[in-house]
Amino acid sequence: MSAAPDHTPTIAQASLSQRLAPYAPVLLVIGLMALGLMAIPSTSSWLTLTVSGLAMGMMIFIMASGLTLVFGLMDVINFGHGAFVSVGAFVGVSFLLLLENMTGAPSLALNLTAMFVAILGAMAATALMGWAFEKVIVKPVYGHHLKQILVTMGGLIVVEQLIIVLWGPEEIYITRPEALKGAVTFFGAAIEKYRLVAVGIGAVVFLAMRWVLRSTKIGLIVRAGVENGEMVQALGYRLRLVFVGVFLAGSALAGLGGVLWGLYQEVITAHMGNQSMILIFIVVIIGGLGSVEGCFIGALLVGLLQNYVAFLEPKLALISNIGLMVAILMWRPMGMIPVVKAK
Amino acid sequence: MLTKLLSGDMPRSPVLTVVLVAILIGLAFAPFLFPGVRSVDTAARICVFIVLVASYDLMLGYGGIVSFAHTMFFGLGAYGVALASTHMGRGFDALLVGAVSGALLAAALAFIIGLFSLRVRAIFFAMITLAVASAVAVLVSQLSGLTGGEDGLSYKIPRELGPAFKFADGEIFGVKMNGKLLKYYLVFGVSLVLFLLMLRIVHSPFGRVLLAIRENDFRAEAIGYRVVHYRVAATCISAAIAALAGSIYAIWLRYVGPDTSLSMEVMIDILLMVVIGGMGTMYGAVVGATIFILAQNYLQNLMGSAASAFEGWPILPDLLNADRWLLWLGVLFILSVYFFPTGIVGRLRGGK
Repeated sequence: MSAAPDHTPTIAQASLSQRLAPYAPVLLVIGLMALGLMAIPSTSSWLTLTVSGLAMGMMIFIMASGLTLVFGLMDVINFGHGAFVSVGAFVGVSFLLLLENMTGAPSLALNLTAMFVAILGAMAATALMGWAFEKVIVKPVYGHHLKQILVTMGGLIVVEQLIIVLWGPEEIYITRPEALKGAVTFFGAAIEKYRLVAVGIGAVVFLAMRWVLRSTKIGLIVRAGVENGEMVQALGYRLRLVFVGVFLAGSALAGLGGVLWGLYQEVITAHMGNQSMILIFIVVIIGGLGSVEGCFIGALLVGLLQNYVAFLEPKLALISNIGLMVAILMWRPMGMIPVVKAK
Repeated sequence: MLTKLLSGDMPRSPVLTVVLVAILIGLAFAPFLFPGVRSVDTAARICVFIVLVASYDLMLGYGGIVSFAHTMFFGLGAYGVALASTHMGRGFDALLVGAVSGALLAAALAFIIGLFSLRVRAIFFAMITLAVASAVAVLVSQLSGLTGGEDGLSYKIPRELGPAFKFADGEIFGVKMNGKLLKYYLVFGVSLVLFLLMLRIVHSPFGRVLLAIRENDFRAEAIGYRVVHYRVAATCISAAIAALAGSIYAIWLRYVGPDTSLSMEVMIDILLMVVIGGMGTMYGAVVGATIFILAQNYLQNLMGSAASAFEGWPILPDLLNADRWLLWLGVLFILSVYFFPTGIVGRLRGGK
């Protein structure tokens, strides 16, 4: 009888690179910050730029998150998403102008209340508009990408023109609430207060969204719907209703993003939505269409890179985002966190 | 002969035939039929936009690819001629160098964008072209040393194409035989050749494969056609032709600026012309461009008078203001995508 062959089972640990692969996008953000620290001579200006980059990234995320979810859930690409950003900004700013005695007062509580009212108003308006937009513009062209792109683009044009009709063709200048003006100094770096508020709101929105998607029943249905819509419907859920809800929420978030963006720029125009669409698309593509986490990380990358490059080489700032998109698509053609569809 | 010239694509509808022949005659004899600076200018604009819209339709209607960078390619051709004329001095060689290099650059850029985005899914292409085109538009307005920024560039074109040059004495039907007339016929001739070339392309085996991909890319791939190769090739051809259209527009205007060649408004105009005329047929571009540009010139006046008629009403004058005509075009655009997806030409041919 021959001896049993040598058999020594080993449990090989996955190599470091394999274990790190799922976290690569997060590491990329940290890596970019470190790179910025090395490239930018003074630490205090690096801190200022990083905070403003994060603030910008958060705002882009708030605007883009709805778009990516809507696409993931129903395969609907909404080129008119920028219209919600514009409308949100105009409604929010109108509220702020109405509440001038509250925003002008040097009290933080009063200022924040005014902002809260403005944000609520803008979100309500854009949610309502999202409902109408879904019903009138998107619903008749389900499952037809070409028509979706054309029709939603048409919707964007119409809304942009309607804004001009209602609010006039001139840009509106807006000053930030009294207590949010100016900057605080932190380790020798001047950080605008408003940017800190934007980072705070962005983080809250991201965490809330993550919580809803991961820990609630409705989030479970949404995530399942992204992965395999037919199966969710077969289990008896009305996915259409869920989709309308997500569309409303996404539109409301775009409105919130519009208010924040408008206050950040301190000027709003009817075309601001169309302009923000460029950044939104870049973020959504590099994040992976349909992925909220990817969208968040992509937004931070875009915000940080844009601020760093604008400081180092102002003329390159615009191309830097396109370059980032090209690089990431070369690395992962479906975006950083690709959404796997069961089909 | 005629069948061969049209690549076998006869209008197939009596009304359409009449309309097309009317447009052809109108454009071919525009300087004699409609004398006057403004109407000849309109005719030249129609010629250029027919080519531009047809090249866009090559991508959208035949390839099923939505691009928002078509004005970028158009602008590349226009700026190519402008820069060559500025730096090489006036002469036909400058025009040629500018046009060719613009077209080559456009094709190369389209190739790169196509490789990156069409590889994954066609929908990426729409988003990426939007981003790239806006970046280029801002870049052009920032690099004012090279491109003249927002003011654009004015330059001299060869003397033979100017009003001061007379190639024959006398007048025919009251039209002076000067360089302006030559310039119009240069624009018309190049447009006609390019249009017939595109008609040839879409009815070649290559065009058939594109149609197959538009209808069902999965099946086309299964039959053995490399879908990505065909889509990228269609994009490159379309971009090069758009750049040539830009070149002749630049020759006609003797000026380029972001507003005339690169702006989003021009892109929206192209989209509207394609959809109104009819996607997926080259004749749609002819009808769409002609109707749209005529409407653009005369509708605004109409809206202006309508606005003053409603003076004193709430909001209505604002809605009918001549500057708000894009609003109504947008509405028209949405309605035509819903109800007339085949456009005017599709309707006339009795399609679906």
